[in-house]
Amino acid sequence: METTAAAQSEFKDGLAAGIGIAIGYVPAALTYGLLAKSAELTLAEAMSLSIFVFAGAAQYIALSLITIGTGIFEIVLTTFILNIRHFLMSTALNEKADEEPLWKKAAYAFGVTDETFSVAAMKSGTLHSSFMAGLVLISYSSWVLASGVGYLAGSAMPPVVQESMGIALYAMFIGLLVPSLKKSAKAVLLASTAAVLNCIFTYSDTLSSGWSIIVSTLIAAISIEAADQAKRKGRRE
Amino acid sequence: MSTTIAAIVIGMTLVTYIPRMLPFVLFKGKELPYFWQGILQNVPYATLGALIFPGILTFHENTAFALIGTAAAFILAFTGANIIVTVLGSIGILTVLSVFSM
Repeated sequence: METTAAAQSEFKDGLAAGIGIAIGYVPAALTYGLLAKSAELTLAEAMSLSIFVFAGAAQYIALSLITIGTGIFEIVLTTFILNIRHFLMSTALNEKADEEPLWKKAAYAFGVTDETFSVAAMKSGTLHSSFMAGLVLISYSSWVLASGVGYLAGSAMPPVVQESMGIALYAMFIGLLVPSLKKSAKAVLLASTAAVLNCIFTYSDTLSSGWSIIVSTLIAAISIEAADQAKRKGRRE
Repeated sequence: MSTTIAAIVIGMTLVTYIPRMLPFVLFKGKELPYFWQGILQNVPYATLGALIFPGILTFHENTAFALIGTAAAFILAFTGANIIVTVLGSIGILTVLSVFSM
């Protein structure tokens, strides 16, 4: 039977491993709070998304879709398509998870983000639920608290700044995307294909904005993957 | 809280949590087919492309203003500014611009 002391030590290791994430989340969550304010959500609405969803990119996207008046189903489906990558991350973490009751794994699974995944996946040895609890707790607390602070700071903005803040969401997406564009030609191809398709669907009025994003994303992600794998296969033969 | 936002929060909570949780409950170390792993890894880049265009060109009624904001954000990001600097810098440039053009 495991000792309480061992579990406490795992928890502390998790907290320590999450300090970098907690610091990194502050500017992103402050920005989210500011954007939620500019999207005219109430403080309770903005905080609920951070408390229950805890997924940065999906929350930004929800704000942008809420602003342009997208329907509930399309927002939820967009979130699903965007966050289904976490399925892959949880699959990978599950490989190194300690044998523990399922409810413990199901509990820390709530905190699987791109960042906590990266830290947990790089950790040497197996994953204990106490480690994951520490890692997730410090990351989550930072995200939720900074969301609220960002929202309250947003209320204090003069109107001329608030008008310019319309760019913030897009600048955030550009800031997330550009580092990958510099490193990977495939990322450039994926982003530009989906962007062109989305422009075509939007300007031709073929699809509503939410569906247009989903369809553009899927066509780009599937066709480029098929072409890429066919090319690699051809090279091997 | 409006009913619409409450419904969005509940829906987003479920579709975010379930994919995070299911592999721990379902799998004993099985893996997804290689092709599907590739597609899932592609999704974030494609989504971001579609989220930026064409929305960024129309975030403001004045198209020139929107284009200057687009250029500012890309230039800041390409020079290696981190996300918060890109966001605040773009807002700052547009704010200065609108103060001086009024």
